[in-house]
Amino acid sequence: MASVGDARLADAPREAWWPQVLPVVLVLSAFGVYATFRAFEGAFYEWGPYLSPFYSPLIDAHHHYWPFSPALLILGGPLGFRVTCYYYRKAYYRAFFLDPPACSVAERPGRHYSGETKFPFILQNAHRYFLYLAVVFLAFLWHDAVRGFFFGDGMGVGVGSVVLLVNVILLTLYLFSCHSLRHLAGGKLDCFSCTTFGCPRHSTWRGLSVLNERHMLFAWLSLFSVGFADFYVRLVSSGAIRDPRLL
Amino acid sequence: MAEAVLKIFRGTSEGGATAEYRVPVAPGMVVLDALHHVQKHAAPDLAVRWNCKAGKCGSCSAEVNGRPRLTCKTRMDSLPQDQAITILPMKSFPVIKDLVTDVSWNYKVNKKIPPFTPRPGADWKFSQADIDRVQEFRKCIECFLCQNVCHVVRDHGKQEQFGGPRFFVRVAGLEMHPLDGLSRTKLLKDELGIGFCNITKCCTEVCPEGIHITDNAIIPLKERVVDDFYDPVLRLVRKIRGAGKAADH
Ligand code: SF4
Ligand code: SF4
Ligand code: FES
Ligand code: FES
Repeated sequence: MASVGDARLADAPREAWWPQVLPVVLVLSAFGVYATFRAFEGAFYEWGPYLSPFYSPLIDAHHHYWPFSPALLILGGPLGFRVTCYYYRKAYYRAFFLDPPACSVAERPGRHYSGETKFPFILQNAHRYFLYLAVVFLAFLWHDAVRGFFFGDGMGVGVGSVVLLVNVILLTLYLFSCHSLRHLAGGKLDCFSCTTFGCPRHSTWRGLSVLNERHMLFAWLSLFSVGFADFYVRLVSSGAIRDPRLL
Repeated sequence: MAEAVLKIFRGTSEGGATAEYRVPVAPGMVVLDALHHVQKHAAPDLAVRWNCKAGKCGSCSAEVNGRPRLTCKTRMDSLPQDQAITILPMKSFPVIKDLVTDVSWNYKVNKKIPPFTPRPGADWKFSQADIDRVQEFRKCIECFLCQNVCHVVRDHGKQEQFGGPRFFVRVAGLEMHPLDGLSRTKLLKDELGIGFCNITKCCTEVCPEGIHITDNAIIPLKERVVDDFYDPVLRLVRKIRGAGKAADH
């Protein structure tokens, strides 16, 4: 007679897990390749009032102190924020580490698993510090987005101004739906009504919780928008297209 | 009347295999009804655990077509009718007989958790806003589907080091309780092994009560563990405060 484990495995219908995993692998890999290329390229990152989000804040653009692409100086901030994000962790643990590939789909046997208890994954606990850094980045990006409406001949609206504005709005939604922010704002309290500022903290926490339910959506939308914003600036900056002025 | 073919696991922890049964499908029928039909007409010795048939007692958990579910909440017409429906016992627990598993590991884990302990001098009044979060966790019916699907238990066999999602839900309900005065973050880190959870959300996907286990219980608890053990700035703040208090005394 077969052992219980064998019988259960042999009879368990296999859930098709590839369709769930493949889009994540493709999109994250494509983004990774494009972002790496752009970070090293060190060119075509500004045009008129537009600055690519991959290069913001722009540090030592004229290479007085840093001979390489200025993007490399700042890349670690946004990258670390996304890599340690609770949503992306779920996405890449499943898609790249197959840990698990999908729910109730067996993993490759015999592998040692320590989850987030050991190096390097224990470092995921630093997510909140990347959040603090991301707030600084976001301030620069808002500054860039507003600057995107001020052309040499005065105020105006180009397609690029809209692209940068939509991007910064989506990034703001992504940041404001962050789990660590939700915790910091009020989630860490046990009793809202017995804490100083408990009431406003409860309202803030509740508002952030509404956004937090859509964190996955904002994670993807902002990933696309940041990639597209850079791509757009590259197109106009390299002269491949002209930036249509809307107003 | 339409007929469904069920492939049901028959056996014990020593071994077993699936056996096929034909069952007439009536409108509104759930998988548990089909199992009862088999029990009544074809295999009176088929072991099935159930109690309420209303999705509230958490007894009838099994794996239907490879997915952990309550058999009393899974309608037959939600499953593909053109192929056999496979019903297996929960994979993560030892089989006692047929679809009945030994879930006693869960009760052992439960014993590790210190119960509700009111803060000294607690005022036994709190507002609804304080208790909203906890009420979500109280919906748990202890079906253990989340424990069963969690890959830390299911694939990695970390039963000794890991508490599992159901007990993170329980701890979250205690930790976020406005009147509770204990901290269970050390327990979460060291004995319930919350670090083994890689937040891949399968527990949330299978919970029949719709509890947002990962987002509302596990991640907030992970953040509390970071507060107490991994955040160097907070550690410093605690030290300074501690030194201040000592000086006051
Ligand atoms: S989110 Fe964590 S507890 Fe839930 S199933 Fe995944 S690893 Fe297990
Ligand atoms: S949390 Fe949900 S899935 Fe887990 S035991 Fe409770 S009701 Fe069942
Ligand atoms: S959890 Fe995703 S950004 Fe913080
Ligand atoms: S029989 Fe009670 S939950 Fe299914």
